[in-house]
Amino acid sequence: MSTLHAQPESVARQGLMERLHGWAITVDHKRLGIMYILSGLVFFVVAGLEATAMRMQLIRPLNDFLTPQGFNQMFTMHGTTMVFLVGMPVLLGFGNFLIPLMIGARDMAFPRLNAFGFWLFLFGGALLYFSWLGGDGLYGAGGAPDVGWFAYSPLTSKTFSRGNSTDYWILGIMVSGFGSMTTAINFLATILCMRCPGMTLMRLPLMAWMMLVVAVLVITAIPVLTAAQVMLLLDRSLGAHFFDPQQEGSAVLWQHLFWFFGHPEVYILILPAFGFLSEIVPVFSRKVIFGYPLMVAATVAIAFISLGVWVHHMFVVGLPPWMNALFAASTFLISVPTGIKIFNWLGTMWGGRIRFETPMLFCTGFLAMFLIGGLTGIMLAVVPFTTQLSDSYFVVGHFHYVLFGGTVFGIFAAIFYWYPKATGRMLDERLGKWAFWILLIGFNVVFLPMHFSGLLGMPRRIYTYQPDRGWEIWNLITTLGVPIQILGVALIVWNMVRSLGKGRVAGDDPWDAWTLEWATSSPPPEWNFDRIPTVTSARPLWDRKNPHDPDEEQP
Amino acid sequence: MSLATAAPADSWRPGRGKVGMACLIAMESFFFAGFIIAYLFYIGKGATGPWPREVLEVKPVLVNSAALIASSFTVIASVKALGRGHLAAMRWWLALTILLGAWFIWGTWVEWRGLIWEHGLTLRTNLFGTTFYSLVGFHAFHVIVGLLALSTILGLGVMGRLRPARDTLRFELVSWYWHFVDVVWVFVFTTVYIVGLRP
Amino acid sequence: MALAGSGVSSASEPMVCAPGSGPLPLVRPEVFQPSSPPADEVASMAWLVLGICAGIFVVVELLLIVSIVKFRRREGDRGDPQQVFGSNPIELAWTVVPLMIVFTLGLVTIRVIRDIDRTAPPDGALEVVAIGHQWWWEYRYLDPAVPGGELVVANELHVPVGRPIWLRLESADVIHSWWVPPLAGKTDLVPNRTNHMWFQADQPGLFLGQCAEYCGNQHAGMLLRVYAQPQVAFEAWMASQSTPPVEDATVSMGRDVFQELACASCHAVRGLSVGAFAPDLTHLMSRDTIASGMLPLTRENLRAWIDDPQTLKPGCNMPSLKLSPSELDAVTDYLMTLR
Repeated sequence: MSTLHAQPESVARQGLMERLHGWAITVDHKRLGIMYILSGLVFFVVAGLEATAMRMQLIRPLNDFLTPQGFNQMFTMHGTTMVFLVGMPVLLGFGNFLIPLMIGARDMAFPRLNAFGFWLFLFGGALLYFSWLGGDGLYGAGGAPDVGWFAYSPLTSKTFSRGNSTDYWILGIMVSGFGSMTTAINFLATILCMRCPGMTLMRLPLMAWMMLVVAVLVITAIPVLTAAQVMLLLDRSLGAHFFDPQQEGSAVLWQHLFWFFGHPEVYILILPAFGFLSEIVPVFSRKVIFGYPLMVAATVAIAFISLGVWVHHMFVVGLPPWMNALFAASTFLISVPTGIKIFNWLGTMWGGRIRFETPMLFCTGFLAMFLIGGLTGIMLAVVPFTTQLSDSYFVVGHFHYVLFGGTVFGIFAAIFYWYPKATGRMLDERLGKWAFWILLIGFNVVFLPMHFSGLLGMPRRIYTYQPDRGWEIWNLITTLGVPIQILGVALIVWNMVRSLGKGRVAGDDPWDAWTLEWATSSPPPEWNFDRIPTVTSARPLWDRKNPHDPDEEQP
Repeated sequence: MSLATAAPADSWRPGRGKVGMACLIAMESFFFAGFIIAYLFYIGKGATGPWPREVLEVKPVLVNSAALIASSFTVIASVKALGRGHLAAMRWWLALTILLGAWFIWGTWVEWRGLIWEHGLTLRTNLFGTTFYSLVGFHAFHVIVGLLALSTILGLGVMGRLRPARDTLRFELVSWYWHFVDVVWVFVFTTVYIVGLRP
Repeated sequence: MALAGSGVSSASEPMVCAPGSGPLPLVRPEVFQPSSPPADEVASMAWLVLGICAGIFVVVELLLIVSIVKFRRREGDRGDPQQVFGSNPIELAWTVVPLMIVFTLGLVTIRVIRDIDRTAPPDGALEVVAIGHQWWWEYRYLDPAVPGGELVVANELHVPVGRPIWLRLESADVIHSWWVPPLAGKTDLVPNRTNHMWFQADQPGLFLGQCAEYCGNQHAGMLLRVYAQPQVAFEAWMASQSTPPVEDATVSMGRDVFQELACASCHAVRGLSVGAFAPDLTHLMSRDTIASGMLPLTRENLRAWIDDPQTLKPGCNMPSLKLSPSELDAVTDYLMTLR
């Protein structure tokens, strides 16, 4: 397959301003994808610093490193940033970069809408962070929101949240959310309409399936959050009573609306990571994914069921027992397709010839850690157990295992796997391996003890704790793990920066992979493919490399 | 763009405009669902009056609704006319659509005028005011956006800038948005004027 | 945040309590040290759940480890292995078996929900209303002995051992949550809504807990202290709480400060003031702590608290009234008489 060089000569002589301008006005999905991912990684570092500050405050009881309000702002901003300004952009950014390449298209269906969505996201993030300066309005020195990332009412009403910090939370996320929604439209339209000839839906790379399903979840869930936020904004600025207990407004309504969004949101955050695994594990195991149709069915089942489990975030609110039982049942149910996926990945590895380069290391770490997070999730579905565990550090441990051990590890696997495609250079393998092991250890040192402090009665979101409760040792261990994690992340960032210039040249297909993005140069030309391919199976490059053993029988 | 070689086993590939508009409509539907749920949740609740049965008049709203529903039919006719190249007919049907939509907005305004000035019901009066004005108001806002879009198309038509081959699909997609606004109204009307008024 | 008099005593020291009661052992807020039927049920069921999950963990991680070790690429491996696209029986098996496991867990869940749930107070229960405030707890006992029929106390809940306690949970402002793990799972206190929960202390003790739903600045400072006392000691406590406040003429100056400045508008002292925004102080000195469990109740701490609450519990709703040292001493002396 002939490929033209990515950039014509004249581009190489462009000055810095011209190059920056090119990025600023781009509608190219690849560049937008990279911008999404890089912005998300910057926010990741910022949110990590917020977490570090929290852990320093909690290293010992009755500490005074942060004021109570400062701590409350930290956990609010940490959670909000990680979910909306790290998870969403990085994962959707990967989708942006990869989908047209994987389906043999030249760009997304709506390139200008794509660019608009990116700038909306970035502006929303900037607006949220501007709250540090402008939050308290005229009366204070500035304040970020301190109402928690889920902003329960009536704590968020004007009465209990004076100043404008909560308004920044609402508006920053709302604007970012519009960005996510435009991306979802693009994903759906591109995947449904622009697949290359021969690519039926059952020949889509699983990554594309995950993004398709994620797009559907974004479309169903985010507008409900937008509605709830608009209601809160009306309460705060126009005197409406949606969540006003004085006028018989219901605090519980906010929770229903928020979690109707919030639960699908966490599936939005994990499904793309499932997609990464579904691409990387087969290539490094040298075996086709085990059970492609079941993987597709499981994905669709997860998305569908995820719209019906939200009350499991509200088991202690005092809802009727039958409602709690019903949602416990649906929560148990969703664990089945999730478990199926783990088994299918294991089934792919089984009988393979596994190469443990860094992408595969992170995938293996994902499998080990996400399993733990999934199991603690099942424990949390057991309503009576949750009456003890809810709102405690046990939950914090649980969701960090699935979001860090799961999503973030998946993201690192994806970075190591696709960085060569995006830049034309390999990341350093030795640095990568060091980063993986350091991160694996650091992550467990930080988050495993949280399960214990939770079982010992430590609630979430407390800026300090009493010395007579037996929580000191676990908090100390957790905080001591933070520098280890910081080191691991720093190694990855350093690797990414250094390899731009010094990395080994990658070539089109450094991993001997099977999907279409590897059929073009690294980095791909702006038009992606010289000729749009026609495919005859889910693994076009396997078919090309193994003409005697194609995946599907040809007529 | 991509080649359209359709091997016999090749699968369904809808147009991207249709998918895009369908996505927009889906998103907006969930947005409205949030407000409808809030409305239903709060029926009968609230610390003070006025109450719906005291202040809402169904008959005028039925007339407005008829106008809005009718406008869906007129816009269908307009799209068909553009498809057939009958530009004059297209403009007349479109103008009628806009008129009917504007009637709906005007009727909403009249209703609100009565509610605000005669009955003292505003967004901040009580839960009924909050949920009523937000739900009906967001719908009216969407109608206005639709009217702006339709007026733009009418303007282009009057200026002779429309070309049936290129623009029929685009106009059809805008008409989908208009139908969506209608369907939402059916749900809003049912929620506010039927379910909400039940004893 | 430096606290005068440092934190509450360590776990090895028993706490001395209200008149008529011996020392009570301190009970840490551990989920797996239940001392009450609902907590017992949850803990036993939790062991089962943990066991099942541990089993799944071992099996799957073992499969992972075996596949890493056995199917690692070795020196001399050429080409790709057999491509296996799937296997209907295997995929069916790992769909059905998890379904069965979660079905079992679901049945266990439903059984325990039904066992613990009560729609009405258990027979012989003592009914108490708990009202959550930012950032303290109000408790109201039905007590005919007290004028008004309701005994109002704050922050330290006394209950008799061996008798079911029916807690009605309400909130004066935002959502809070009542969590004392050895007694029961938590339930939220939601404004405009009355929730309920029940527990029964199996043994005497001072049970520790704290608010478990983020409620603002001092969510961390909303500690729970439940004194489970033998029946006789509890009745003695109730009796002493029902009496009118001590009238001591030597502290009349302090009482005047209390009444004339803003104290009385928030704090109630029976017969003297009817404030409802802050803890009832009628029998303040019968408590061990102030600031909702954050500070031991000593003269020094009390004085420092009245002087500037914001230094000790930043963000709390009590302002510093900027009392002069003599006013401060007077009102502290007055409060110290409210046994």
